Amino acid sequence: MTDMTLIQGVNRALHQAMKADPDVLCLGEDIGVNGGVFRATEGLQKEFGEARVLDTPLNESGIVGMAVGMALYGLKPVAEIQFLDFIYPAFDQIVSELAKFRYRSGGQFPAHVVLRTPYGGGIRGGLYHSQSTEQLFASTPGLKVVIPSTPADAKGLLLTAIFDEDPVLFLEPKRIYRTATGEVPDGDHRVPFGKARVVREGSDVSVFAYGAMVPLAFQACQVLEKTGIHAELLDLRSLVPLDVEAVVRSVEKTGRAVIVHEAPKFCGFGAELAAILAEKALYSLKAPIVRVTGYDTPFPYSLENLYLPSVDRIGRAIQRTVAAG
Amino acid sequence: MTEARPPPSAATPSPGPAPSTVPLPYGKAELEKRLGGDWEARVRAMYHGMLFGRVLDTRMLALQRQGRVAFYGPATGQEATTVGAALAMTPEDWVFPGLREQLVALLRGLNLTLYLHHLFGNDLDTARGRQMPCHPSAREVHYVSMSSTIGTQIIHAVGFAYGLRLRKSPGISWTFFGDGATSAVDFHTGLNFAGVYDLPVLFVCTNNQWAISVPNDKQTASATFAQKSEAYGIPGSRVDGTDVVDVFCALREARAEIAQGKGPRLVESVLYRLTPHSSSDDPSRYQPKGWMDKARSMDPVGRFEAMLDRIGVLAPSEREKVQAELDARVRSAIQEAEVMPPPRTDSLFEDTYKVPFWPLTEERESFDKEQGGNFP
Repeated sequence: MTDMTLIQGVNRALHQAMKADPDVLCLGEDIGVNGGVFRATEGLQKEFGEARVLDTPLNESGIVGMAVGMALYGLKPVAEIQFLDFIYPAFDQIVSELAKFRYRSGGQFPAHVVLRTPYGGGIRGGLYHSQSTEQLFASTPGLKVVIPSTPADAKGLLLTAIFDEDPVLFLEPKRIYRTATGEVPDGDHRVPFGKARVVREGSDVSVFAYGAMVPLAFQACQVLEKTGIHAELLDLRSLVPLDVEAVVRSVEKTGRAVIVHEAPKFCGFGAELAAILAEKALYSLKAPIVRVTGYDTPFPYSLENLYLPSVDRIGRAIQRTVAAG
Repeated sequence: MTEARPPPSAATPSPGPAPSTVPLPYGKAELEKRLGGDWEARVRAMYHGMLFGRVLDTRMLALQRQGRVAFYGPATGQEATTVGAALAMTPEDWVFPGLREQLVALLRGLNLTLYLHHLFGNDLDTARGRQMPCHPSAREVHYVSMSSTIGTQIIHAVGFAYGLRLRKSPGISWTFFGDGATSAVDFHTGLNFAGVYDLPVLFVCTNNQWAISVPNDKQTASATFAQKSEAYGIPGSRVDGTDVVDVFCALREARAEIAQGKGPRLVESVLYRLTPHSSSDDPSRYQPKGWMDKARSMDPVGRFEAMLDRIGVLAPSEREKVQAELDARVRSAIQEAEVMPPPRTDSLFEDTYKVPFWPLTEERESFDKEQGGNFP
């Protein structure tokens, strides 16, 4: 075990995968000499050389398309998109190509690429360094979408992603890159996809969160514990595949659900969770499902603290839900 | 079975050169100089390949008009380019195609009946009938799966070439795309990345002068498509895409340079689209009067036949025999494939992921209930 930050967990996973497997390589903007604008790839080019850690031209469609070609050859590319906000030039490559290669070729040409990208707000990044649009990708068949909230999961989920056989979008909550700290197992630590993490157990209400919302939701639950509300908190960790059993089981136990994410509410991932609970756990529900999310607007700069779910907003939503029935 | 009349703009296979045909200019000496000692065998292979494409297009367009396949994207008029390319490749090379390069796959050894299974979208299609016709995948001949979005394959060829060089594999990447694709993002992406990393990629722009209804002068203000590569530090050249000898020689030379490590090359093959964009298109809406007459005079098959007549290789009677053989092959493959059942329903749920998970597993379980029984 070693104490580290979330971004160090990412760096450790990349380092370890590249050391273990010569087919693993990294590509992206500013990831080589500069080690990435957040330093996620720090030291990799020095150790593994320019042929395996590529600084690319400034073109996201090129980064993803190039990675697809590398994967078709048989390499295991890990592409960095500098911010999720900049991924859209590559949307065609992701949705039309990467996600569909296996299907449209009858399994002849699987294209396994890992796309790592920092996402989410809370860093004074304005419209174009803050967005959470995980739902656009979670609703595209063929992609997996994974989001860690701890250093151990950052390392373990990323290693699983790199050695998985499907394309994975690996979203890194940049707001907690350095504030999320904790012990990380040494060696080949892998966290399986599709298994939610029970952050705390409780009997009154189930709280579902991922990414940078997990520590906020945790604080809210801790505060409410003192008022006699025993909240259960699940960190979903992977949206696709989703641990649907854990989600349903928890609500069957508590009878109440609060869903937290940064993305706008309308057609957000919380809508899918609410629909699943309506289909599979309606008769266990004692109160309406509540979503605590970003508002249905673009992402603001000056007022981002009001836009993003806060400990207070999450806490009050939990209180209301428990009081409702 | 009654044959439907082919659409007015569909070419008839090997009609013999039309009176207006511009013959290829080569005599025997020149052919020997350009094609080498076994020039006659090459000439025969070129004719055979081009006629194969022509016969297949003619039959499939007729089948589409009869409603026996839903769609077909003919490559009539492009045979000199696909055949010239296929003959200039080595088995180690990889192909990232556009819409009109299936003949390359067939000439590289894709089994014709297997291709017909794809055109009919049946259970024996390797891609289980998931794509529209003319979108085959054929790993065994290094022919990579394509989408219908334009130009996206160009950058895949570049990424693949990165792997080829990193692992010192023999072979190069070939990518094909039309004139319209030169306006798409990944044309520029692909050329730029290939230039920066100096990769073994051969970019082949098949300029058939029409992106569906949009002509070259509305696609670009550049004088040629070839010159666009200069901006990316890549040598570009133009070739007469209706002259299979010229295409073959130019691509063979470009391939040799690339294989020697001299970096990527772009070749623009200028030709004429002799059929509609696809079975769903009507060129009378946009092609100027007289354009098709000019185009027909540059039919790569007709031009080649006029040359054959002059040099006395493959006499018309011999050509008729070749055509009859090819037609019989195509008809027999059609017969074999057309009777095959549609893909089995389980294939609906397979190959989205390596191993299916929820909700796919649940959807598969409820599928029989949802589809079966009587309603109401």
